Amino acid sequence: MKPRTTIVILLVVLLMVVMSACGNSADTTTTGAPAQTTTTAAEAMGCSAGQVDGDLNFYNWSDYIDPDLITAFQDEYGVTVTQDFYESNEEMLAKIQAGVHYDLIVPSDYMVGIMIDDGELMKLDKAALTNLGNLDPQFVNMPFDPTSDFSVPYQWGTTGLGVDLAVVGEDHPYSWGIIFDPEMNQGHQVSMLNDAREAMGAALKYLGYSLNSTSLDELQQAADLIKSAKDVIVTFDSDNYNDNLVNGEVSISHGYNGNFFTSFDAADNPDQYEYFMPEEGGTVWVDNMAIPANVDHPCTALTFINFLLDAQNGAQLTNYNYYASPNAAAKEYIDPDILGDTAVYPDEQTMKRLEFIEDTGDFEINYTDYFTQAKS
Amino acid sequence: MTGDTVPVTPDLERAAERAERRRGFRLGLPGFAYLVIFFAIPLIMVFVYSFATRSSTGKTLLQDWNLQSYQRLVDPIVRQIAWRSLWLAVVTTVICLILAYPFAYFIATRRPVVRNVLLVLVMIPFWSNFLVRTYAWRVLLGSDGPVSQLTELLGLGQTRILFTPLAILIGLVYGFLPFMVLPLYAAIERIDWSLVEAARDLYANGWMAFRRVTLPLSRPGVVAGSILVFIPSLGAYVTPEILGGAKTTLLGSYIVQQFLAARNWPFGAALSFAVMAVMLAATLIYFREGGQTL
Amino acid sequence: MNSSTRPRGIVERLLAANSWIVYTFFYAPILVLVFFSFNDNRNVGVWTHASLRWYGELAQSHDIIRSVKNSLIVATVATIVSTVIGTAAALSMERFRYRGQRTYDALLYLPIIIPDVTMAVMMLLFFVQAFGVANNLLGTRIELGLGSISLAHIAFDISFVAVVVRARLAQMDSSLEEAARDLYASRWQTFRRVTLPLIMPGVAGGALLALTMSLDDVVVTSFVTGPGSTTLPVYVFGLVKRGVTPLVNAVSTLMLVASMLLVAGSLFFQRRSRATGRGGGTVET
Repeated sequence: MKPRTTIVILLVVLLMVVMSACGNSADTTTTGAPAQTTTTAAEAMGCSAGQVDGDLNFYNWSDYIDPDLITAFQDEYGVTVTQDFYESNEEMLAKIQAGVHYDLIVPSDYMVGIMIDDGELMKLDKAALTNLGNLDPQFVNMPFDPTSDFSVPYQWGTTGLGVDLAVVGEDHPYSWGIIFDPEMNQGHQVSMLNDAREAMGAALKYLGYSLNSTSLDELQQAADLIKSAKDVIVTFDSDNYNDNLVNGEVSISHGYNGNFFTSFDAADNPDQYEYFMPEEGGTVWVDNMAIPANVDHPCTALTFINFLLDAQNGAQLTNYNYYASPNAAAKEYIDPDILGDTAVYPDEQTMKRLEFIEDTGDFEINYTDYFTQAKS
Repeated sequence: MTGDTVPVTPDLERAAERAERRRGFRLGLPGFAYLVIFFAIPLIMVFVYSFATRSSTGKTLLQDWNLQSYQRLVDPIVRQIAWRSLWLAVVTTVICLILAYPFAYFIATRRPVVRNVLLVLVMIPFWSNFLVRTYAWRVLLGSDGPVSQLTELLGLGQTRILFTPLAILIGLVYGFLPFMVLPLYAAIERIDWSLVEAARDLYANGWMAFRRVTLPLSRPGVVAGSILVFIPSLGAYVTPEILGGAKTTLLGSYIVQQFLAARNWPFGAALSFAVMAVMLAATLIYFREGGQTL
Repeated sequence: MNSSTRPRGIVERLLAANSWIVYTFFYAPILVLVFFSFNDNRNVGVWTHASLRWYGELAQSHDIIRSVKNSLIVATVATIVSTVIGTAAALSMERFRYRGQRTYDALLYLPIIIPDVTMAVMMLLFFVQAFGVANNLLGTRIELGLGSISLAHIAFDISFVAVVVRARLAQMDSSLEEAARDLYASRWQTFRRVTLPLIMPGVAGGALLALTMSLDDVVVTSFVTGPGSTTLPVYVFGLVKRGVTPLVNAVSTLMLVASMLLVAGSLFFQRRSRATGRGGGTVET
């Protein structure tokens, strides 16, 4: 027995040493170390507009792009697009960090910041992005990507509440309280997003705090609030929130505006449902297209980004998923009903109550931990 | 070779034995090598990772080795989740046992022809895809699913069992019941019924004969089935994900969370290793109880 | 078992009733699942009228077809490799004696008792590290994909095959092999003409088990999968999480039919091999 145990122990120690040595170098290489080397890589590729170098591995949120656009791209450029889906930014980041190769990803605002700091993103070859000028200026050089070198805005929207008016009534309070306030949430069935930042954010906003709070005490209060509402919260779901509402599984659903509208339109009785931004405020977000540093087919990825920046394609995207477009040139092709809908394009008053989610750096993990605590 | 015989000396015997051992070793070598590379080493890696640190962005840094992840194992949340998973696994096992024992006994006491047919009917769900069978309950238990429609018909109003711990329990029992039935059946079928007959001859009634003879003799099956149900139930991931609505966090989901949403690989590694250690302990107990090979 | 030991009267009736309940419990959900796959309504569980539209959608879905292909590729590779290696391992354990056998024994059992979440985690860590090191040293661009999935499946399949074949070997009368050796058969001849035919039900059973484990696997595969290498159960799992429509029912029904055909096929094969007098022994799967 003894010599065997010694061998095992030696093996473990050896492995630890080897992994420390190799592991760190592996980490820095897969994350594409300093941005300089990756810039050279991208520019050395010399991707010109419309150039493709293989099929596209597209990692996106579910139900976020018109299948017709995918087909159109495949037909125009003669490549195949393979789609994989993720539920949350963190899940996407985990896969990218694990070294899985995707050509195009769609991180949200704060996640772009995190990934830039980590060196996970490839610098975009702007020469290949001829439609870049179509963008609305307020979406260029945003705080999370000051030089707009790593990301291109995709869609933007808000996170609020969808309700079944038949259950909550026409004159319901326009507040997060219909979830959290014991006096307001009687008899409701609620679905909340299975996303730490969003769910905790909703609780924080209701309590009057910023959803970018870096106070452990405030986070604890938010977690306790969610926990106290567990009786009415039926499920935490980032995919079916809209379907669950329209199917009658829940009467109140926390989710992103665009997907709600798609479901409402497809329902038997669209007027039965409503989406609103609670008066305490909530999240406004911008999702962006970005290219991971370990990309296999950068030129195809750039071409796809450019394809979606086209005015008509951008409009088609919005007309399909009902999210607001950051593409100024696309406005003339967007369905006027959507343009005029303040739930899709919020007015200035509403915008004042909204916050972008920001990266809280070292504090970030607390959101996940407290959220897990709230859910268990 | 006819007629000629080679004198068997001790040297020759020993050489033959050595050759035999080498043959056996070489035969097993591919399997051994494969498992060492693709199982033992990954397992050791998990162990090693559990001592690593997590960077602020969630990357694993293979330096600054520490015991933080293991210290977190005693956190109230972890204990709560572990306790809940343990409880669910135990309840699942007990329910499976209660349902499966009479069932297996019935099959084992039929005529051989009938027995085979009944067994095949059990095999079919067993070989069917586990995910599909679990999903079937997702369909059944929804707010306007068949179960709810049934209770409405009975005047009990709409029920939504989906997304409750009960749904997970039903899913687990349903998924693992065949794992309880088959070992039980195998054990009961092997019983020497003449012993039961002897008990009857000694004026034992049916129930006593069962309790004092049949039941103890079927113990290996009970133990095997219980282990085969308890272990996967404890680490279940698919069933709670599909039927639980992310409301009830169990060990399986908690571990996966650490690798995806939370990106805390060291902690996830520590959790995985701890869960495995518990299962290993349970299995060792099973072997000690004199259970036969699975 | 004779009439004095068989359960009688009310006990018999209760047992029979219990069995009916259990069988209903087993099959009702499956039948409901299949039934609703022909439902026209998008909402699973609320019947409107019969339609084949979901099967049509299935046939046109590139994603589903690709995941089926992936599943079959991985399952075939994993089953073949693990059956060969597993059978060799079983033989090595049951018919020989050498040093280190106990370690090997333990190593063979571990993949069976390990929870699949732990296994998934293990394989992910291993492949991330291994591919990272390999790519650094060799300048390659290996990444997670069908290869890593197959390797992972083989890892747990070997144990399952070994356990089944070992059980069969233990049951088998080894004096038959001795007799063959006495009759001057070489090792290989003994194996091919005596051992193999006798353990064939066990090998077939082990292979079937490996195949099922591989086709069933969700967690391990989802951790080590890469873009475009999704297998069918992982894809269905994703579908269930993203939005439940009768499309999932349709896919599920086809998967059920496939596995039933597989079971029927293996039983038929077993019956035939018994009828021709080979592969003796009781019905083992």
